[in-house]
Amino acid sequence: MTKYEGIRLDGVGVTLGGTEVVANVDLDIAPGEFVCLLGPSGCGKSTLLNVIAGFVPATGGVFVGGHEVKGPGVERGVVFQSAEALFPWLTVRQNVEYGPKIRGASRSECAEISERYLRLVGLFHASDKLPSELSGGMRQRVQIARVLANEPSVILMDEPFGALDAQTREVLQREVDRIWRATGATIVFVTHDISEAILLADRVVTMSVGPRARIKTVAKVDLEHPRDLMDPRALALHRMLRDDIGSEVNKSLRAQGLLTEEAA
Amino acid sequence: MSVQGEVMTATREPRRRRPFLSRWPGSGAAMTVASIVGGILIWQLLSLRLPPLFLPSPRDTVLGAIELWQDGTLQMAILASSGRILVGWGLGLVVGVPIGILMGHFRWIRTLLDPYIEFFRFIPPIALVTLAVIWLGPGEMSKVALIFYTTVFLVTLNTLAGVRAVPELRLRAAASLGAGAVRTLWTVIVPSTVPYMVTGARLALGNSFLTIVSAEIVSAEDGLGALIWLARNYSRTEWVFVGIIVLGWLGYAFDRLLKYASMRLFARYGVNG
Ligand SMILES: Nc1ncnc2c1ncn2[C@@H]1O[C@H](COP(=O)(O)OP(=O)(O)OP(=O)(O)O)[C@@H](O)[C@H]1O
Ligand SMILES: [Mg+2]
Repeated sequence: MTKYEGIRLDGVGVTLGGTEVVANVDLDIAPGEFVCLLGPSGCGKSTLLNVIAGFVPATGGVFVGGHEVKGPGVERGVVFQSAEALFPWLTVRQNVEYGPKIRGASRSECAEISERYLRLVGLFHASDKLPSELSGGMRQRVQIARVLANEPSVILMDEPFGALDAQTREVLQREVDRIWRATGATIVFVTHDISEAILLADRVVTMSVGPRARIKTVAKVDLEHPRDLMDPRALALHRMLRDDIGSEVNKSLRAQGLLTEEAA
Repeated sequence: MSVQGEVMTATREPRRRRPFLSRWPGSGAAMTVASIVGGILIWQLLSLRLPPLFLPSPRDTVLGAIELWQDGTLQMAILASSGRILVGWGLGLVVGVPIGILMGHFRWIRTLLDPYIEFFRFIPPIALVTLAVIWLGPGEMSKVALIFYTTVFLVTLNTLAGVRAVPELRLRAAASLGAGAVRTLWTVIVPSTVPYMVTGARLALGNSFLTIVSAEIVSAEDGLGALIWLARNYSRTEWVFVGIIVLGWLGYAFDRLLKYASMRLFARYGVNG
């Protein structure tokens, strides 16, 4: 990694299709920190991540490593939920070499980089396969390797394991943890899964329900790695986060008239 | 708790059952042969009860085909028509694909060309035959130009639709991996659009057969359209049948060839027939 970079959101607001989706979000993420973003469906987690990635314009200040974000950039790698983000006509190796090639790495450098990161995610043996020949979990590993090949200082992940089965997800969670330690990158990780957040994050950030969603709670996860989800402190945190998000979900259901007072 | 349970419930698509009759016993090839033999049989029966000038029998048609083959007319007609189609269609691809890409990618080019696209959608090539002959003469040029017109139109529209359908995710992935506008166009948009180009090319090839017949009938010199039209002068209805059947086979063969070739060449771009 070149250098570690922090992220600062300063009064960030996003308007999409006439709706103010998120408003007034302030968040400071330290260099090398692992932050998980939790919140009810549709509150604006992806939107916030897309703002940091530079895909979506926002009001307020968005800074990465002290520089204002004005668009996508190679120092911020993005792992998407859907493997549709891979280039299906390129082999696994070619997908991983896409970034290095752009920055002018030679053929042998490219080969070396793709080998290193494909080995890191345990997919070197599948280098010459096409994405369509891989399982869902393998495809997500390719996405991760492709991002790592650019050696970004910030990695943004939007529910990268949301479409995977529980076993595969567990394996990949351990891998992300390992990669984070190995690279020292700053990671922002969006998830629906409270356990996943507790397992991985230094801090868990929850959001309130939208429109005009904002940051609700910031919880520090003060547990040593490797973490045990059955640890009483982990369970207490889990309960706290569940209630925190649950109350937001109820708020939104009530707003839509889907939840009556008795049922609540 | 029921609230959370409901929110978390994933919707799963119900497993689809194959529709009834899609599992007909016996092989597909046998069915095809049976269908063709049955068709010829019905044709034969009908021709027994009708004068040959109105409906020649299968036998008359085969004899007519042999006659046309022996004096070389049939081969010449096939070559002439195929040549025109391939040249006009090829040129149409070469021009239509870039126009479609540019229209899809640059809004201002789309806006600029849109009125013409919207207008010419309703003008079939057949309506332009007269003009083509007046402007380009009755020779090769006018016929190739009409095929070109058919092809450019279909290929442009399909390519344009393909560019518009490139998943946003893929564009974002390319951008955050460092690809600029030109590289994204070349390494993401064009490859993503290949299946649409192939669809456009196949539609255009089919329509080229419609167009070639009308063009060759108007300025009848050679080609399958001319053969069909001129047979009338000799009261040889079986030659009309020969022309029609050969046209059908030729079109089928071209389409299969194109389908097979594009599946072999572009499988990894998502072309699968
Ligand atoms: N292009 C758009 N136009 C209008 N509204 C949009 C647009 N994109 C997203 N939204 C709205 O913004 C809100 C936040 O969307 P976002 O995808 O960020 O939510 P999310 O928290 O990631 O949800 P999920 O957990 O389901 O992925 C949603 O209510 C959505 O309807
Ligand atoms: Mg989302």
